Amino acid sequence: MMILDVILSALLVIGGLFGLLGSFGLLKLRDTMQRLHAPTKATTVGVGSALVVSMLYALAQGRVSWHELLITLFLLLTAPITGNLLAKAHMHSRMRKDDLPPTGVTDDWATFDKDGPSHLLPDLDAPKS
Amino acid sequence: MTRLYPHPWLSVLLFLTWFGLVNQLKIGTAVMALILATAIPLLTAQWWPNRPRIRAPLALARYVLLVLWDILVANVQVAKIILFLPNDQIQSRWIVVPIDLTSPEAITLLAGTITMTPGTLTADMSADGTVLLIHSLHAPDPDAIRDDIKARYESRLKRIFA
Repeated sequence: MMILDVILSALLVIGGLFGLLGSFGLLKLRDTMQRLHAPTKATTVGVGSALVVSMLYALAQGRVSWHELLITLFLLLTAPITGNLLAKAHMHSRMRKDDLPPTGVTDDWATFDKDGPSHLLPDLDAPKS
Repeated sequence: MTRLYPHPWLSVLLFLTWFGLVNQLKIGTAVMALILATAIPLLTAQWWPNRPRIRAPLALARYVLLVLWDILVANVQVAKIILFLPNDQIQSRWIVVPIDLTSPEAITLLAGTITMTPGTLTADMSADGTVLLIHSLHAPDPDAIRDDIKARYESRLKRIFA
């Protein structure tokens, strides 16, 4: 029991440190795109280790708890979408097309492409039948 | 059977999720889980006409483990960058990654993987869905990151999704 307590406490401290580091990154980094990297840290290792501790602690007391697994699942589902939407909102409001590298294909980046996918557009050059 | 359960795996997932939420093994929970697992896929099938085809479920499980491990490793790397690298030495870059995947589910999974492994973030996609725009926190060698994403994640996803 003693050893388990030590391991669980260590995991909690590590998780807390990564959470702190994520917040520190928010303060330290310079622009929005860089700061977006910070939240992905806090959710993964920070929250992850707290969830592992919660689950192991319940197991040690003879209870099986599935809530932690579900929280992990929902976090992994929602965090990338949040990040993507924040990035797109930032591109819409603060950036221009020229700030980004070219796509290398006919179509532009979806955020700046007003016509939609080119293979769905009517072909204007095609001879009229 | 196909008409009653248009997305069998979604139904299984909903069934298990409900059990996880209630956290109790009771008959009543099973009945409610069965109702939800039947009703939700039926009600949403209209907006989700195609079924994702997963060729290798075992490979998918291995992929999840690989990504979890990568998240751990990458977290430490990014922690080092934030703590020890002065701001004027952090080289943030945009990286353009052309992708060969065509299934929307596989592309979503790839984009999510890139965001969840700290240090890289999927920002946008070309309108025709063939190129991903990725922002990297610290990339002295952008081509290496692009090749790593293609070799480590995309090639595996290509094998998993038909």
